[in-house]
Amino acid sequence: MNTNAIKDLLFKMADDALVIGHRNSEWTGIGPMLEEDLAFSSMAQDKIGHAQALYTILHEVLGERDRDTLAFKRQEGEFKCCQFVEQPIGEYDFSIMRQFLFDNAELLRYDMLTRSSFQQLAQLAKKVRGEIKYHVMHGDAFVRQLGNGTDESHARMQSALNVCWPLALGIFEKSELEGDLIKEGIFAGEDELKKQWLQKVSKVLTEAKLKVPAIDESKIVYGGRKGFHSEFLKPMLDEMCEVVRTDIDAEW
Amino acid sequence: MNSLDPRVTRLDLKKVAEGDVHTNSHLITWEVFHQEKRGKQVVHAGIVHASTPEMALVVAKEVFGRRGKTSNLWVAKTSDVYTFPAEDEDIFETTPEKTFREPGSYKVRDRIEKFQQQHKTEA
Repeated sequence: MNTNAIKDLLFKMADDALVIGHRNSEWTGIGPMLEEDLAFSSMAQDKIGHAQALYTILHEVLGERDRDTLAFKRQEGEFKCCQFVEQPIGEYDFSIMRQFLFDNAELLRYDMLTRSSFQQLAQLAKKVRGEIKYHVMHGDAFVRQLGNGTDESHARMQSALNVCWPLALGIFEKSELEGDLIKEGIFAGEDELKKQWLQKVSKVLTEAKLKVPAIDESKIVYGGRKGFHSEFLKPMLDEMCEVVRTDIDAEW
Repeated sequence: MNSLDPRVTRLDLKKVAEGDVHTNSHLITWEVFHQEKRGKQVVHAGIVHASTPEMALVVAKEVFGRRGKTSNLWVAKTSDVYTFPAEDEDIFETTPEKTFREPGSYKVRDRIEKFQQQHKTEA
């Protein structure tokens, strides 16, 4: 079993979950309606829970540092999240489109992982799959609703999709260690995931009367999986870690 | 000066006070029913605002399925619920007095116990 390859997979999943969780929590108190305030807040809590569970596996099974250290005491360059999740929440159209595109990829990824030969990961995937299923239900419902809503809601969703698309494709940035994961039945790989994702999101986007933008391969935003981030991650981490950094050795 | 709190600024209170309430900004209501366990009765939980059944379910999950155990939620348009007119409430007025309809009113307990006692001693 290639431990480094598994660690690489778990870090990118955990960091995605932690960062999108923090971003979605930024809607708490300012959601466009009370129910959406609740929805984004509770989905944010779910995501942070997933990150916590993944960091726990990294620590207890794979010998990494403890989960609080992994979450709060790493440098920007050590984070393996894709650049999509670190973007500011922007307007609600951007946030809901990101939630839809990202969570559809999450559900398919966790679905695949329920069959992983890495037992701890398979167990976790089975446990949290239901939560992510609801996140997808939420995203699908809103995209369909707003895509078919008024001229304004349709136009906003289309432009949000245009902004999100090159970033969303960056979710599937491949690692050079991935071959081992596929060979050992741990994870079926980013290409397979992307194929299933394209099929699923295209279906909902068509129902929402939205057009998938045709973009050049070179426009896809890669880098996050290798520790290269946009200008938005560092300020977010600074804020997220502010309390911890006031007394780095404090016991919580 | 306008409030910096987005929760305040997003509702134009001045216009609302003047009676300028856009009808399209008000979604219809749905009655939400909550089921704790599969097979158990489905109990009315409250209402949500939404435009479609799909959206009503998503919102209901957030509001009524977030805490505690939930097996399923039902939603139905409030306009699809039929009720007695409120002024006919008097048709139920004397119901609490009809205690003879409750099983507790049957004075058979003593006889059952007596029979059981007898049966026991005989056996």
